[in-house]
Amino acid sequence: MPEIAQPFRFGSNAGQPVTRRDGIAKVTGAAAFAADTAPAGLLHALCAPAAIARGRVTHLDIARAESHPGVVRVLTPANRPFLEGDPAEKPTMFSFRIEVLQDDSVRYAGQPIAMVLAETPEAAAEGVRLLNPQYAAETPRVTLDEEAAYPVEPGGFGRPAATLHGDIEAAHGAATRALDVTYTTAPQYHNAMETHAVVAEWTGDRLHLALPSQALAMSCAAYAWFFGIPVENVTLSSPYLGGGFGSKAIPTGPQVLAILAARVLGRPVKLMLPRAQMFGPTGHRGATRQRLRLGIDDDFALTALDHDSLSETSSFDDFHEPAANASQGLYAAQALRSTHRGVRLDVGTPGPMRAPGEASGSAALECAMDEMAEQAGLDPLAFRLLNYAETEPGTGRPYSSKALRDCYRLGAERFGWAHRPLTPRQMRDAEGMLVGWGMGTALFPAPMFQAQARATLNPDGTALVETAAADMGQGAWTALAQIAADALGLPLEKVTFHSGHSSLPDGGVAGGSGHTATAGGALHAAGTDVIRQLAEIATADPASPLHGAGNARVAARDGQLFLVDDETRAEAFEAILARHGGQSLTGGGSAARPPEDAQRHAMSSHGAVFAEVKVDPELCQVRVTRLVGAFAAGRIINPRLADSQLYGGMIWGIGMALHEEAHHDPRTGRVLNADLAGYHVPVNADVTGLEVLTVHEEDPHVNILGIKGVGEIGVTGTVGAIGNAIWHATGKRIRRFPIRIEDLLAE
Amino acid sequence: MSLSITLTLNGVTRAIAFEDARVTLLDLLRDRLDLPGTKKGCDRGQCGACTVLVNGRRTTACLTLAATLEGAEVTTIEGLAPEGTLHPVQQAFIDNDAFQCGYCTPGQIMSAVGLIAEGRAGTDPERIREGMSGNICRCAAYHGITLAVQQATRSMVHPDTAAKTGDAA
Amino acid sequence: MKPFDFKQPATLEQALTLWHPGAAWLGGGTNLVDLMKIGVARPDTVIDITRIPGLSEIDLADDGSARIGALVKNSDLADHPGFAARFPMVAEALLSGASGQLRNAATLGGNLMQAPRCPWFQLPESACNRRNPGSGCDARQVGGLALIGASEGCSAIHPSDLCVPLLALDAVVEVAGPDGHREVPFATLHRLPGEHPETATTLAPGELIVALRLPAGAARFAGHAAYLKVRERTSFAFALTSAAAALELRDGRITAARLALGGIAPKPWRVPEAEALLIGQPPGAEVFARAAAHALEGADPAARKNWRRLLAIRTAQKALHMAALGTPETLPALPGSVFRSPAQEVSHA
Repeated sequence: MPEIAQPFRFGSNAGQPVTRRDGIAKVTGAAAFAADTAPAGLLHALCAPAAIARGRVTHLDIARAESHPGVVRVLTPANRPFLEGDPAEKPTMFSFRIEVLQDDSVRYAGQPIAMVLAETPEAAAEGVRLLNPQYAAETPRVTLDEEAAYPVEPGGFGRPAATLHGDIEAAHGAATRALDVTYTTAPQYHNAMETHAVVAEWTGDRLHLALPSQALAMSCAAYAWFFGIPVENVTLSSPYLGGGFGSKAIPTGPQVLAILAARVLGRPVKLMLPRAQMFGPTGHRGATRQRLRLGIDDDFALTALDHDSLSETSSFDDFHEPAANASQGLYAAQALRSTHRGVRLDVGTPGPMRAPGEASGSAALECAMDEMAEQAGLDPLAFRLLNYAETEPGTGRPYSSKALRDCYRLGAERFGWAHRPLTPRQMRDAEGMLVGWGMGTALFPAPMFQAQARATLNPDGTALVETAAADMGQGAWTALAQIAADALGLPLEKVTFHSGHSSLPDGGVAGGSGHTATAGGALHAAGTDVIRQLAEIATADPASPLHGAGNARVAARDGQLFLVDDETRAEAFEAILARHGGQSLTGGGSAARPPEDAQRHAMSSHGAVFAEVKVDPELCQVRVTRLVGAFAAGRIINPRLADSQLYGGMIWGIGMALHEEAHHDPRTGRVLNADLAGYHVPVNADVTGLEVLTVHEEDPHVNILGIKGVGEIGVTGTVGAIGNAIWHATGKRIRRFPIRIEDLLAE
Repeated sequence: MSLSITLTLNGVTRAIAFEDARVTLLDLLRDRLDLPGTKKGCDRGQCGACTVLVNGRRTTACLTLAATLEGAEVTTIEGLAPEGTLHPVQQAFIDNDAFQCGYCTPGQIMSAVGLIAEGRAGTDPERIREGMSGNICRCAAYHGITLAVQQATRSMVHPDTAAKTGDAA
Repeated sequence: MKPFDFKQPATLEQALTLWHPGAAWLGGGTNLVDLMKIGVARPDTVIDITRIPGLSEIDLADDGSARIGALVKNSDLADHPGFAARFPMVAEALLSGASGQLRNAATLGGNLMQAPRCPWFQLPESACNRRNPGSGCDARQVGGLALIGASEGCSAIHPSDLCVPLLALDAVVEVAGPDGHREVPFATLHRLPGEHPETATTLAPGELIVALRLPAGAARFAGHAAYLKVRERTSFAFALTSAAAALELRDGRITAARLALGGIAPKPWRVPEAEALLIGQPPGAEVFARAAAHALEGADPAARKNWRRLLAIRTAQKALHMAALGTPETLPALPGSVFRSPAQEVSHA
């Protein structure tokens, strides 16, 4: 029987809600982010962004910019130094084609069209202003156009590109009740609080980078490729990222240009993108138009679930929001199809943004499920339970674990769902606000990547563990250290963790909610390797109380090795090492999911989100007043940090449901609200009555640690729950996100 | 044009010379005075990451021209508490996990210190939410931020009866 | 930012002497410094007026009137207990604007002179008659922004919250200039764009706001006043629509009424005829609806079907309703918000 939020003791550290190990550094301002470093002789770089989305740059007033005091150099396509890597090619599998002044064409608004290098940030900014670009502009394509659509197969995150099980047309045609609805979602931009930055310094052909990266080793490989140097010549420091959300895993054009400038000018260069330039070269979540066709039989069983998603990509590269993936593995539909179509627009290439695919897809799916339940006259939760998938729909594969039923039950209890009237517009608060309740199912796959780690046990009984992990706020500095401490049988305070630097073993990618499982798995393996070596020494040492014991019977805890079946036979690590020449012991480990494991089970985190909204009956302003999310995501390493991830994801759901949308100027194609006053993300006052429950899952299949990940699932489910709550409050089905006052005001 | 101001910065009065009237307090701190704890998030007063105290009041350093600050008292995150100690707001942020990536955190903390000094919000969660809405947190640690401000307010106003954690927010 | 000379005059006279075309007054900087960063304002001289003595006082006179210096910070004015009691909807409008940090920096005079929040005005590369006379208006491609009072050349919306109740309360602006001091009734401070969108106010070049006065009669609305602001998020957002409503009630009838709207026009908007409809009537939904609709009577034909017109009418209507209910004892937790209390209780119909 799963329990709510019980700290699970895995060893003595994992499962404990310890506070962040980087907490003091972050609350005192001591934590150094990339742009906080300032080597002597620094030059400041700033890109000139294209003010049109399609066309050519015909003139730049370079002389005027270069004559401004403090401006050192202006880089343009005419003088851009040689770059070994071709920007039309991709250095790594996760890369996108970038813009590094390879020609005078403009492919999207905000694209770099020149770079100014100056002695001060003030001079760089004025230099950019004085360039006064002139363009030959063409009519941009910035809206989803059905006519231009073509079939695409987006790379799923742990899911196939498309699915088809059963005869979807026949099933939909024969359904007792059928639904055919289209939902849209808006273009969204990551907008991490720290904009993309780099401080680049060359010594000979060695490159030193302070650069926030969600994937340190992969980034080093990419930069080495761009600059034609061996990967070992690149060092990258990324101890803290000021948020990433998917946007900081790969090189961007402005960062590559800044590094290039540092090489040709022979001085360190700092670039920090202005906020407005975060709406172009750094990726975004593409808009979608999703058609959902559902059918049910007389017993309310889903006979058909057909999910098609149309989404945008750029004119020169491919990333399509894999929205229809959300329908692949959730409900027990007899016939199931998911397909994707794309269009090319004059926008920067979209990319993965927190819960890519599932965020947009589950928004549409969960609302469509609500509409189907409404048609059937059923409670939305009861309808979902009637269509609960015991095995993966279509394939019949077992789930590695799936405590979704408990999430439904516990979330509903905590929320008070049982009191929900079936029909809309039935509830008011004391001030006459319309009140509505809605729910949605949350899901996100549980992928793993590859990582390596090293662990060293010191003669004094302390340890050093190392992997180049990325902490963008999820808590890697803390949770990974907890995992490593348990593997070593040490209290957390005896473990020093080195991370966030490319000189360390490859910690893999912080993405796909798989970083704790992957980097943690590698640290676990490294720690286990050290303990195995230590046990070999002890059991072979006649002076040890463990002498003669078989290795398999020895375990580590609290800085001691002991016999599992006779705990009185124990010895401290220091004592064992002292007799072994006082040397330290080093072990290594790696983690990756064997392909056969990935085939055998369907692996996902699940959850249920319940939302309450209040809507002014005349003015139609909406406030989310309660959100209860119950999530099952395998083992929770640090409940305090996991809760924060889930809260954060749910608040992203508020933003997606009510706020976030980039508006393009129809004539130029540029984003009109490319700032934080116009592109609204939730503020503190948007968040009230938030509650997270976690349901523990014992998952022996997903990975050795039983971790599924919590970074992204909070967004999913929430968006649909809010949309459904708005329907329940107002009786209005708004089939686009974000839902705006104007939608609700319409008669 | 060369400028000079006398500033009491984190408790130390000093003469500060800079070369350009365009320099904002934010760029003065970050690029000239080696105090990068104050963060640049939007550079336009729209996110609050650069919040510092000027003459005891929270303000956005990005929209403050350094030249205007002759005689001013400026407190940044680096000067909030003596070396090796934490201000009650800093401690409360750790206790309530009121941050994730930590980038907006110096601004959040300085804003919270300012808000508590303003005395309008007390421990009312709704007034704290409103009062902290000038500080955007993209990780969305708002739940913890509200709890942290409650805890810190309690410990600063009633240090003896302060609860470890705040009310449900 | 263009390089500029920085001047910090010690007296008003010095300041007025320093001014020349190309110079800009600097108060709190929350608007000007931002505009300079994005290339919209490019002054060659910045005249920091914050060291001028005598411009930071809040004087409440016994007759109910008030005089507020131009350098008074938004937060200081809103938090002044006597002022907030006398002019609650002004305090609420102040606190509904921007953020705590910005309100600590922004000044009264600067708030009155705020630049519009048209996206094209803020993008120097685009056509904007207000920023660059004769260059055209890119906002026309979306049919314009303001619902009322726009011209062919400009439809930018006035962004201020504070100006809405000040207009309603017949404030008077005191101005100093090279030719001496003069007084400007609030209703004539801002001008409609017409054929000269570049001229947003009736101040002459080189004139400087030194103070604002609220007349004695304004305080009689203290018991029945409300500022309501509809936003796309709960806080820290510009108004989609806003309304300042104030009533004087005697024996169950409205004896005086004020109604001004924000977020809909190139300047804060007030229609005295709409107020007149309320006089002598008992407060009630029907008369409020009529007055609110009348306030939008002048809407441009193209804006007739605009959802924001309906929203503005309803905003005015609800503000009148709230004013009739009476000013609350303390400012609500979310000033200006539609969401007045965080009450969790829910009743089932």
